Amino acid sequence: MNVTQLSLFLENKPGHLQSALKVLAEEGINIMTLTIAEVADFGIVRMIVNKPQKALEALRQHKFVCSPTDVLAIELDDKPGSLLRALEIFSKRNLNIEYMYAFTEKRGDRAVMIFKFADIEAAKKALLEEGFNVVKKIDLIGE
Amino acid sequence: MFNKQYEAMEVKKLKELQLERLKWSLKHAYNNVPYYRQSFDKAKFNPDKFSSLDDLKHVPFLMKQAMRDSYPFGLFAVPMEKVIRIHSSSGTTGNATVVGYTKNDIEVWAEVMARTIAAAGGSEKDVVQVAYGYGLFTGGLGLHYGAEKLGATVIPISGGNTERQLMLIKDFGTTMLACTPSYAINMADFAEKKMNFDFKKTKLRAGVFGAEPWTESMRKEIESRMGIDAYDIYGLSEVIGPGVSCECSEKSGLHVFEDHFYVEVIDPETGEVLPEGEKGEIVYTSLTKEACPVIRYRSRDITRIYRDACKCGRTLIKMEKVTGRSDDMLIIRGVNVFPMQIEAVLMEVEGTEPHYQIIVDRKGALDDVEIMVEVNEKIFTDELGALKGLAERIEQRIRSALGISAKITLVEPSTLQRSEGKAKRVIDKRQL
Repeated sequence: MNVTQLSLFLENKPGHLQSALKVLAEEGINIMTLTIAEVADFGIVRMIVNKPQKALEALRQHKFVCSPTDVLAIELDDKPGSLLRALEIFSKRNLNIEYMYAFTEKRGDRAVMIFKFADIEAAKKALLEEGFNVVKKIDLIGE
Repeated sequence: MFNKQYEAMEVKKLKELQLERLKWSLKHAYNNVPYYRQSFDKAKFNPDKFSSLDDLKHVPFLMKQAMRDSYPFGLFAVPMEKVIRIHSSSGTTGNATVVGYTKNDIEVWAEVMARTIAAAGGSEKDVVQVAYGYGLFTGGLGLHYGAEKLGATVIPISGGNTERQLMLIKDFGTTMLACTPSYAINMADFAEKKMNFDFKKTKLRAGVFGAEPWTESMRKEIESRMGIDAYDIYGLSEVIGPGVSCECSEKSGLHVFEDHFYVEVIDPETGEVLPEGEKGEIVYTSLTKEACPVIRYRSRDITRIYRDACKCGRTLIKMEKVTGRSDDMLIIRGVNVFPMQIEAVLMEVEGTEPHYQIIVDRKGALDDVEIMVEVNEKIFTDELGALKGLAERIEQRIRSALGISAKITLVEPSTLQRSEGKAKRVIDKRQL
């Protein structure tokens, strides 16, 4: 049920993201979604790809520092206030979000948000109890 | 000349004096410092049989590590009640070298510093602004006592607060400035950019600069921007502090105060003594020091020594401006830094052997240090805050352990330059 996200360290300089993406392109890996968190000197690229294991190996082979991270993909109604309600529940359950970002594609008429929780297992249990639809990995990457 | 009797002594007589003093110094070290006793015994060297300067080559070297291992007072040759002053090198607790001075040592130090300031044209008529740091560092107090001994007027302002430095140069009629050469340039920058301050309208006419390596081009820059004569002064706390050697009016080579310090130049690889004029590592032996005698102390400074007929009238041997070091020590804003120390901090913070590179540059007049650290799988975390925190923790540890501020830059793996498989640890871009 956990989704594998790849986290990649890059220096914040022209050409660096490009060379990492070139590795993925050459391996025929499709990026489903990608987000970057950065400070002045460096950034962390977080992405969900269709073949995470293959992508990880290829990137490491090319001397990139890359690690797999488990995240949760959660379906939300694509309506005003639905993310807010989700966050209200997280906070009530004392679930800390380390970071989050939106998935690029909708599933039917619902939006998908990616969440990184400090404690993924506790978060998953709580979310299921609260009636959230946690999207399975295979549903998301279409394998 | 402050002390013509010694500074212009006939060379033959000077050598006799050296021999006589050296005999005393060797016995003093042997009889009072267990370290020297053991090391002399091990080398089968008997100080009682010492009879010519040439015999010194049989005496074992004193390495910096032995001084560190003796922390704090292990190399003191007198009881503490005879010690009236302690100084210590910058560095971490474990790496600091501590030196002590008896009343007589302080007197000798003041004497050689008075000679140093006099060699730069100073006299009792001068107003000397001491902008070296006061404290455990030998710079401030060394200059202070020397200037007082000379009878000059001392302004003990210490380092920093550039605006005030300039104000006092103007208001107190400072004629001589003593500080690190990089701080002098910093002062000149500040004067031009922030204060519209014109050195030509002040009484400043000379400066004695040292505690870090500097070049002829820096000398020209300081001289033209401040409108002064800039003299190089040299010393090291292990030997006494500033006052080991100094330039005279000729500004070509530094006269070593040979009546107190005996110098040899050796091949740093083999330890063989080299003939005068050849370049190598300079080694110091104290001739009169009571509290902390140093016998064949390996400075790691690369230079050559030679005796010429100097126009200033001094017969003392000269050493060239120090041009490099036989180890990988860096001097950053006057602080001695070894790449090993930085490596130790990285090991401690990261818990893994890091690939790193130290880049030293001069931004304006001040040394600027950047340490590039390669990120690896072990230290990489998906959380931006944690990675940033890691860099900050390294910065803090380097500040507290080494006393320098360095910018930590995290870089991708395998991006740092390696030569023949071995990492190039230091890139010094300073034009020294």
